[in-house]
Amino acid sequence: MAEATKFDPRQHVHGDPLDMPALCPGAMQASKPYPAAPNHNQALGFPGELAPDWKEKAIARLGELLESNRALRVYLDSCVKCGACTDKCHYFLGTGDPKNMPVARQDLLRKIYRRYFTLSGKLFPKLVGAEDLTKEVLDDWYSYFHQCSQCRRCSLYCPYGIDTAEISMAARDIMDTIGMGQKYSNEIIGKVFSIGNNLGLPPKALRNTLEGLEDDIEEETGVRVRLPVDEQGADILLVTPSADFFASPHMEGLIGYAKVLHESGVSWTLSTHASEAANFGMFIGSHENMQKIALRIRQAAQDLGVKRIVIGECGHAWRVAYSFLNTLAGPFEFLDPNYPVPQHICEFTYDLIQQGQLKFDKSKNDAFRLTFHDSCNVARASRMGDWAGGQFDIPRAILRAVCNHYFDMAPEVIREHTLCCGGGGGLLTDELMDLRAKGAMPRMRALQEAADEHGVTHMAAICAICKAQFSKVLPMYGFDREAIVSVHQMVSNAIVLTGSKPPEDQESGDE
Amino acid sequence: MVTLVYATAFYAATALLVLGLARKIWLYARTPAPLKIPTTPAPLTRSGAGFRVAREVVFFESLFRSNKWIWLFGWIFHVSLAVVVLRHLRYFLQPAPAVIALIQPLAVIGGLGMVAGLGALWARRVFVARIRYISGPSDHLMLALLIAIGASGLAMKFFAHTDIVAVKAFFLGLMRFDVQTLPDDPALLVHLTLVLALMVIFPFSKLLHAPGVFFSPTRNQADDSRERRHVSSRLDAAPRRA
Repeated sequence: MAEATKFDPRQHVHGDPLDMPALCPGAMQASKPYPAAPNHNQALGFPGELAPDWKEKAIARLGELLESNRALRVYLDSCVKCGACTDKCHYFLGTGDPKNMPVARQDLLRKIYRRYFTLSGKLFPKLVGAEDLTKEVLDDWYSYFHQCSQCRRCSLYCPYGIDTAEISMAARDIMDTIGMGQKYSNEIIGKVFSIGNNLGLPPKALRNTLEGLEDDIEEETGVRVRLPVDEQGADILLVTPSADFFASPHMEGLIGYAKVLHESGVSWTLSTHASEAANFGMFIGSHENMQKIALRIRQAAQDLGVKRIVIGECGHAWRVAYSFLNTLAGPFEFLDPNYPVPQHICEFTYDLIQQGQLKFDKSKNDAFRLTFHDSCNVARASRMGDWAGGQFDIPRAILRAVCNHYFDMAPEVIREHTLCCGGGGGLLTDELMDLRAKGAMPRMRALQEAADEHGVTHMAAICAICKAQFSKVLPMYGFDREAIVSVHQMVSNAIVLTGSKPPEDQESGDE
Repeated sequence: MVTLVYATAFYAATALLVLGLARKIWLYARTPAPLKIPTTPAPLTRSGAGFRVAREVVFFESLFRSNKWIWLFGWIFHVSLAVVVLRHLRYFLQPAPAVIALIQPLAVIGGLGMVAGLGALWARRVFVARIRYISGPSDHLMLALLIAIGASGLAMKFFAHTDIVAVKAFFLGLMRFDVQTLPDDPALLVHLTLVLALMVIFPFSKLLHAPGVFFSPTRNQADDSRERRHVSSRLDAAPRRA
């Protein structure tokens, strides 16, 4: 991107993570993701490209969304421009572009709503900030609604709970409806429909990968830990982001789940039909596509005859699973009612730890001085356990159980106040690297503080997007690329498998 | 003549306010909330969620976490406004309840607090660059209108007294459809004209945050999606098998 010129992350890694930038109007105007090719739009039921009557269609679609989504209707009316949200978005903190202030981002849609759907906007557009829908406005939408990672940090602080994620989802839905889709998200959703997962990993390759992992674990521990796929009658269906089959540190996390499940003694399986927990239908605000993707999980669970559904480490996938799955694909009367549907792998591991069923050698993680990055969709859009805030306590409890050196980052940037990694919400694509690097700045500063104060060397996360994003941006800010780890990678390092090789053997077998 | 104009205007403005608000509330209530979207950590029960909304309404809980200055000025303004509005009930109730009589001494503080709070909010709107950026003409005008209402009311208290017995007779008369003479003091007429304007603007402006806060799904939904299946739209009717 042309904008990616002068920003040097290393110059910005020290400082208050929540430091207010000077306003730089238009700084990120040029940031745009690649548009989707016509066939990628059409595969999801959208027009291939912008139609001549796009304006009428866009307004009509906004009208439909107002009728079908209370949040959108209430939020477009309720903002009083108090300014409480203006310093809350990590993309604003990182770029200084005022259109990245949540209220200003919302206003891009709100001014159109006012012009076409409110009396005051029809009569006195200038007075109330109403504007005609033009190509310039549409271009602004495409740019700035793709600078929102739908992390909901603004909604936490808004006196009315106005959630910019709802607004940007609606805007993206409207853009899709008129043929202005985004390549990254739409292409990936197409792959889920045609192949079964975001990465386009076919069943045969998946089986090979899993067998390879079984061999690796056996070599390391002497125990044959299975990673079963499509196994009829297993108790648990594990649905995990496909990055877990593919990249580091995701894969190390998958090995961790497998070891925990192995030790639990409960039978489990992956599914080739639902070999993906991610659901990019949420990012593009399309309830239809989100439901279609979510139903694969129900179908896989029914076809395999499982009793429980467990979800792997993935932020937005956990939001869709925890908050939406029951609505989108329920009721799950065919599953075991003694367990929540679905369960997070962290809940599963935590329960076993509480029951004393897992043995750990914490010293295995002594090389790690750890902190934990709360992923936004887990933090502000879901829960774990049966108490409010379990989504913060459970992963930390797991990390403290498996390692000796754990330190939280500053209280104002963790738990529900957490800062986005900078790559969420369908923005994890190379052409947006400038935005991603700048958006990561607040989190990178918080990590730098923890490193300075506590000697923190590594940051654990439970989100595939966070992990992929950090792998890219950590080196830009002067950290080690591998400073980002999976929570279950730490579990995997420390867990002592029943019947595993004694320590001496392991060491000789290591090299 | 003045009496007739204001009587008609108050009937019209009241009708607009009530019907306009009722329409909006009906729209909010009727529109489905297709998915569970409480901002977490959220209360696990519906009563807990109700309590959360109550805390937002009474204490501005989220705003307090967000920005102490906006919270302070905004809260002072709203609480003062509440006191002032309660005090004005004496113009509509005969006899005025004891509570209303009791808070009369607070009213001057309320009036001053209202204007001071609004003034401070306006100063932020002008002097804080990022808030200036998001402010449009209507945002400034709204503050001007509210300050003018407060100032004209205080002016009657301190400088240009009006015949409040006659004012009360006028409003009690309006409520019985029996129009009584309204004093034609300029300060009173300015005050009432501004209030009329506020009543008309209310259902068409950002003042809709007042009903809106009760309908905000991120605040009024309980975090119970696994325990209680949320059903509210056509998503429920979609076939479970492709």
